[in-house]
Amino acid sequence: MTGVESTLLTGWGRATASLAEVSHEASVEEIAETVRSARGTPRGRGVLSRGLGRSYGDAAQNGGGRVIRTDALTGIGVIDASGQVDVGAGASIGDVLAYAVPRGWFVPVTPGTRHVTLGGAVAADVHGKNHHRDGSIGSHVVELDLVDGRGQLQTLRPTSPGFGAVVGGMGLSGVVTRVRLRLRPIETASLTVHTRRTADLDETMAALVAADQEHRYTVAWLDTLSSGASFGRGVLTSGDHSTVGSSPGGEPTPLHDFTTGRVLPGPPWAPPALLTRRRMRMFNEAYYRAAPSRATLSQESVAAFFHPLDVISGWNRIYGRTGFLQYQFAVADDSCVRHVIEMFQRAGVPGFLAVLKRFGPGTEGAPLSFPRPGWTLALDMPALPGVRDVLDAADDYLVARGGRLYLAKDSRVKPELIPAMYPDLDRWRELRDQLDPDHVFASDLARRLTLC
Amino acid sequence: MLDALGSPQSLLVLGASSDIAQATVAAVAARGRLNRVVLAGRPGERRDAAEASARALPGMSGAAITAVDFEASDSTSHSSFVDAVFDAGEVDVALVAFGVLPDAATVADPSAAANVVTANFTGAVSALTAISARMRGQGHGVIVVLSSVAGERPRRSNYLYGATKAGLDAFATGLGDSLHGSGVSVVVVRPGFVRTKMTHGMDAAPLAVGPDEVAQAIVTSLRGPSRTVWVPRPMRPVMSLLRHLPRTVFRRLPI
Repeated sequence: MTGVESTLLTGWGRATASLAEVSHEASVEEIAETVRSARGTPRGRGVLSRGLGRSYGDAAQNGGGRVIRTDALTGIGVIDASGQVDVGAGASIGDVLAYAVPRGWFVPVTPGTRHVTLGGAVAADVHGKNHHRDGSIGSHVVELDLVDGRGQLQTLRPTSPGFGAVVGGMGLSGVVTRVRLRLRPIETASLTVHTRRTADLDETMAALVAADQEHRYTVAWLDTLSSGASFGRGVLTSGDHSTVGSSPGGEPTPLHDFTTGRVLPGPPWAPPALLTRRRMRMFNEAYYRAAPSRATLSQESVAAFFHPLDVISGWNRIYGRTGFLQYQFAVADDSCVRHVIEMFQRAGVPGFLAVLKRFGPGTEGAPLSFPRPGWTLALDMPALPGVRDVLDAADDYLVARGGRLYLAKDSRVKPELIPAMYPDLDRWRELRDQLDPDHVFASDLARRLTLC
Repeated sequence: MLDALGSPQSLLVLGASSDIAQATVAAVAARGRLNRVVLAGRPGERRDAAEASARALPGMSGAAITAVDFEASDSTSHSSFVDAVFDAGEVDVALVAFGVLPDAATVADPSAAANVVTANFTGAVSALTAISARMRGQGHGVIVVLSSVAGERPRRSNYLYGATKAGLDAFATGLGDSLHGSGVSVVVVRPGFVRTKMTHGMDAAPLAVGPDEVAQAIVTSLRGPSRTVWVPRPMRPVMSLLRHLPRTVFRRLPI
């Protein structure tokens, strides 16, 4: 460990900040020691582990408390014949891809950025474009090591009761140190991608439903600013891992030529109101027009298909000093998606970069895991006071229809709505209490939403 | 925790009976996130009334409201008072709103004049010192300090009050800068003439505002780094001009 440093931490949205004592433990034993000493501190502010800080809100902040960075735990083991591999909790999805793809394996689930650690991915039970088929990452964890609230290392398997408190548990059940993951075999480093424009929301949603039957990966980018006949128009992309021999739309990249992708430097500074509603509308128009009007087929790289925003490091700075938030909900009913977008349009929410996707079944036995069958919509917007009322109204509307928000994205929901969104919250609390009876683990998110 | 849109969940008010404090409590409650409100001040009818009106506010249904005794002039009590409040839970926003406006008799009485300094300035120094230390400990928080344009340049009609506010303003501004990077910020609010119980019976000055305008300026300034807020905003250029007037001119002004 290199010492403890007071550091102001924010989420990816840069909209809230708090100061924590941040340390970089060099080993699992040092992490356990930090937890044990925090446990013995009366009226302490607790411990939280933090990976790469990609949660949008305050999930990886612990104001006044200790924050363990897991960046020393980046080891990746040997991939066995069945595709299982041990990964240190501090290794990122990108690290795993760089190691596994040339060997013919792919991560079972990747979110929209490869800059998330495995520990963070398990804590948020992240999903990807293949959720309708493969579920979220918790479904592909064979076992994991956890430093629990007593500072003891234990190994949990999907059959262990505590497993469901850790998967989706937002880091509040312990520090994950190792994840044994089941990888997916691939033949090439490319994806065969179908791209098509959709004219309106009905077509976008119908196309997603249809594509889910055919393809492993599906997602629709949605223009939430267009209205009238083009309300809910979008660009649907569906993909599958390309195989050797059959390569429609170009030549797939051989496994050994795989690269995780280029990174351009992001802007060091951005004017506060770079993203006006008018400019967003222009952007959306251009993005829509750039997509081919007739369905096309192409070979795309892993980076271009899964992680397009990773090309610009620090893209979260484009929202300037006010920061931004992402509103992501899951709801079963088709009509709710339309209604919420209409609410946003009426209120003039300056949001763009909306993503629509269908979820398959949720993760069994993980009460705080976000995905549930139906739709999910994610929409970025600047953190301006003007969006407060419409987001509150959308929360109420969604909760009344069985909808929920994603804790890894949230930075503003009313705490009293959480038990309705996550009806098994008390079950999670029971499981958590067995792993962390003294409530050593804490976060700004947990305090704000009184999760613990 | 202050959320991403600047809505606090917990609020400590020192000087809870003041009109600006009550208006601020109402404006914060309207954001619908409050779960804890501590109303501190001298016990009595005015504080009871402030507590009752806080309980009646829309948006306050889920909040635990407590009224506690606080004596601004008793600096020795401030440390334990603040500890008790913070030990019982988080404080996202602390509003320092106490203060007295001395009348002519008070200004003329050496001992009474010094007591005004004790209440308005010395008491604020001890309270702010205790609050900022505990907010550092929780790694986040906003301290809102009610200063006044009267502190910007003391007037012959109001120099004692102005001197206390000048001291308070300087202390709070420096405190805010010293807290930079700590997760804690200090918002120094400089209202002009505010129509309140404290100024009742006085002739309203130009650019006079009501307590609600001050409260709105406060709730929209809770996010971000330490700052100074003028209410109304044109007060800033006006006072900038007045500050640079030669004294021979300034003392002749009918203010």
